[in-house]
Order: sequence, then C-alpha cells, then structure tokens
Amino acid sequence: MSIDMSVSPAPLLPPQLMQTEALLTMRGLSRSYGAVRALRNVDVTVYPGEVMGVVGESGSGKSTLLRMMNLEDTPDRGDYRLRLPDRDDGNLFDLGRYQRRMLSAHHIGIVYQNPHLGLLMRHSSSGNVAERLLIAGERSFDVLRSKARDALDASEFPLDRMDARPAELSGGMQQRVQLAKAIALEPALLLLDEPTTGLDVSVQALVLDTLKRLQRDRHITMVLVSHDLGVIRTMADRVLVMRHGEVVEQGLADQVFQDPQHPYTQQLVHAKL
Amino acid sequence: METTEALLRVQGLGKTFRMYHLDAMLHAFEGISFDLHAGEFLLLKGRNGAGKSTLLRTLWRSYLPVEGHIWYRSRLGMIDLARAADVDIALLRRQEIGFVTQFLNARPRVAAQDIVAEPLRLAGHAPEEALDQARHWLGEFGVRPELWRAYPSTFSGGEQQKVNLARALILPQRLLLLDEPTASLDAGARAALVRRLTDLKASGVAIIGVFHHPGDVAQLIDREIDLATRVIADDSERIDHVAL
Repeated sequence: MSIDMSVSPAPLLPPQLMQTEALLTMRGLSRSYGAVRALRNVDVTVYPGEVMGVVGESGSGKSTLLRMMNLEDTPDRGDYRLRLPDRDDGNLFDLGRYQRRMLSAHHIGIVYQNPHLGLLMRHSSSGNVAERLLIAGERSFDVLRSKARDALDASEFPLDRMDARPAELSGGMQQRVQLAKAIALEPALLLLDEPTTGLDVSVQALVLDTLKRLQRDRHITMVLVSHDLGVIRTMADRVLVMRHGEVVEQGLADQVFQDPQHPYTQQLVHAKL
Repeated sequence: METTEALLRVQGLGKTFRMYHLDAMLHAFEGISFDLHAGEFLLLKGRNGAGKSTLLRTLWRSYLPVEGHIWYRSRLGMIDLARAADVDIALLRRQEIGFVTQFLNARPRVAAQDIVAEPLRLAGHAPEEALDQARHWLGEFGVRPELWRAYPSTFSGGEQQKVNLARALILPQRLLLLDEPTASLDAGARAALVRRLTDLKASGVAIIGVFHHPGDVAQLIDREIDLATRVIADDSERIDHVAL
C-alpha cells in the first residue's frame, strides 16, 4: 500500500492560540543615537515563566533593548506594555520619569555584566539588597535585614558573608549579590545582561544553575542577553536574534539552533558549532 | 479506524533546508501523510538519510516544515503544529508531547536525580515526591544508586542515555516521539524501556519511533512507514521487524 496522499481533509481550523497571555509586549521600537540606529522597528513578546534569550553581535542592539525593558531609556517611538496584577499603565514609555523609575524598581530586576553598574561597592552586600527594599518603601530594620537575607539565600550567596562589601568578593559572588538585589522584591521580570560573561566556566555553571532554579521554583520570567550561544542554549526557551538593531529571527531555542531560517542566524550558529 | 478520532493527522508534510552558505536547498522529504490514534505505535524506517529523524524533529517543531499540516488533537483543542505559535508548542512540550533523543542535554553541575525530577517539578509536583519518582525510574533503567547524586556529564554514554530516558519518560505524555532511544543501551535498560513503553502504550499514549534495532520493540509496533520506499504497512501485512 502506498502512502495515502488523499486522507480526507481535516476541518479547516485556523492555528489556534491557547490561553496564554503575554507578560511583556513591545511593538515598533525604534531608537537612534545621532546617526546610529540602535533599534529599528523591534517587536518582542515575552510570556510568563519563560526565559527569552537575546543573541547577536556587539552593537546589534541587545543591550539597548534591555535598557528599554528596564525603562532606563525611552525610544523615539514604540509601545511597551507589562501585564501586572491590578495595574494598567498603558504604554509605559508615556509614563513620567519618576513613575517609570518606581515601576522598574518594583516590578523589574536587572543583573548587569559589570557589577559596578548594579552595586555600591563600598556598602555591605546585605546593604545593597536592602537599598532596593528601601526604594520600595520598606523602613523596618528587622524586615530589611530578613528580606535581604532571604534574597541572598535564594541567590545561593553564603550568608556568613552577607556583611562583606562587594569589593571584597569574587566575580561570581558579586553576581549573586546583584541577583539577590534584583529578586528581592519578587519582580515580574528579571533582565540579565551578560550575567556570566567574564566568570570562569565552573562559576558560570553555578550561576546559571541558580538562575534555572529561580525560574523553576519562583516562575520568574527572564530576558537573558548573551553573546555566548552555549549559555543561551542551556537557559533559553525562546531566542531572539538581533542584527543592526533589527530582530532578524525569533523562535523556539532548539529550532533557532537546529533549523535557523535567516542567513545571519545560520552564520552565527555555524560559527559556534 | 475512525479518522476523526485521530490524535495526530499529518497531511502533505514536507521539509527542505535552505543553506545560505552553500547557496543550496537540501531536500529532506515531501508529501508525508498519516494518521495516528491514541495507543498506536508507529515505526519510521528507511535507510540512513531517508529523513526519519528529520520527520520526528519536524513533528516536534525543532525543524520548521515548509509545507503541509500536523493536526494535533490537544486537550485544549485542535492545533496545527506546523503553524502553531512558539508559546503553544512550548506549552504542549511541557504537558502533552514528549521527545526522546539519543543524547542527554544536561546542564553542568546538576545531579542525575534532579535532572530526572525536573519535568515533574515543572509540572508542579512537590520536590520530595518528584525526587522519589526520579530515583524509582533511575533504578528501573539500571542507574546505580551511588550515581543518583552525581553529575551525568561525567557518565559513560550508556549511563547518560539511561538518565535521559528516565527524564523523558517520567511524566506520561499523550504523544511520544522516540529517536533511536535504544542506541548505546545495555540489555537490561532496553528491557526496562520496552516495559515502560508497553505500559505507556496500554495507557493510551501514541508513539512514533525510529529504532536502530526495531526487533527490540517488535511486539509494540502497530504500523510502519518506510520513508525510503514510501510504503505503509499495518498489522495485517506486518513484515519481520527483526530482520530489518
């Protein structure tokens, strides 16, 4: 019997979206710095609980995109919405500077590649975490101390060193303090900008494992920027590929790595393998 | 069989890879159509390069099909996996469709028992219960207890594959895709795999598999598709699998 090519046609149902609402929606983001077009008409959707990896060469717009997500910068045009419980802020880029800062402090955490950007090096580690809680209005010393302790513990930071200053810590430990600070307020969205770049491989594996555990146990949604495709492959559910400020491809991580559709992605993936 | 009840209906499925650096198109397969029902076991066969693994990966959506449909009757309704949004595919992979490859993709510095327990943890099972089940399945597939807390990246290929199978089969799915799961397994682990697949099939899980040695699963096979010759054989015209 030959393969039956004439199976009776199925009902012509459209592809059916299930009831999954996006946490983050960005539409039509464009941003120029002088003559440099850092972002060109970028659309991004991130769903609750997933890790979205962002890859691309230096200058492709990855970090600019992350700064926009963290509301540190605003685009020339574009729309940004976060689905937060009991809130509807409309386009977040339309909010005033103070409102943007408060929204970011309460609902978005960020870990930078360079700990100096995220930490006060001469304050204690627990003080760095407490600072984030202070911004959110927490004033009781005992509560500050215990919440900072919980966040450091969840980031797998050794608690006997919670009073050490970041300047006295190794790179891996500094990243854990940044992570504790980022998750202290249980943000809806955790942004990671090359969080393991510059760490040695064994430390990198431990930090990635901590992140994976946070995703699993706390269902934190993450956007992870890295030029290390190995890191992205290990961590990401979906991947966004950027080049010259544009999104050239996005898809499930295994699809992007195994069956890349865009010439640039093919080049990137083949360079890695 | 009542076609409207099919769990999976593949229609005119085709896959071609476009390789920009070679300025070439690599043709994998075209015009694949078949139905699969709950509890059915479909064997994909054909010589090397016939497209068996490519078809599995297309059904799993690691590969994007260029034509055709993959209608899947999920618990939430009918969906065309060929066109479904990534977020839907990700959800189905967590809850309904499983894929077992020959390779374990383990994160470094994660213990074997935690790797195996992870699908249950993601599905919301309590940590201790998930670990108990993980240990049970590691034991079933013949991984020695002293290895349960070790990192699989240091294991032999065969031991890694046992961890891989325990993880892939711990959470019952509705559709299971198997890409040469018995490669590099010893006899004991192969027998454990066949026992597990027999139970899953009996409980209604539909299975599509590629096997190096189809004889291992001969008693489970309901139908076969030969991708090289495009011949479908069902139970009534079963050929000798052991000799394939």
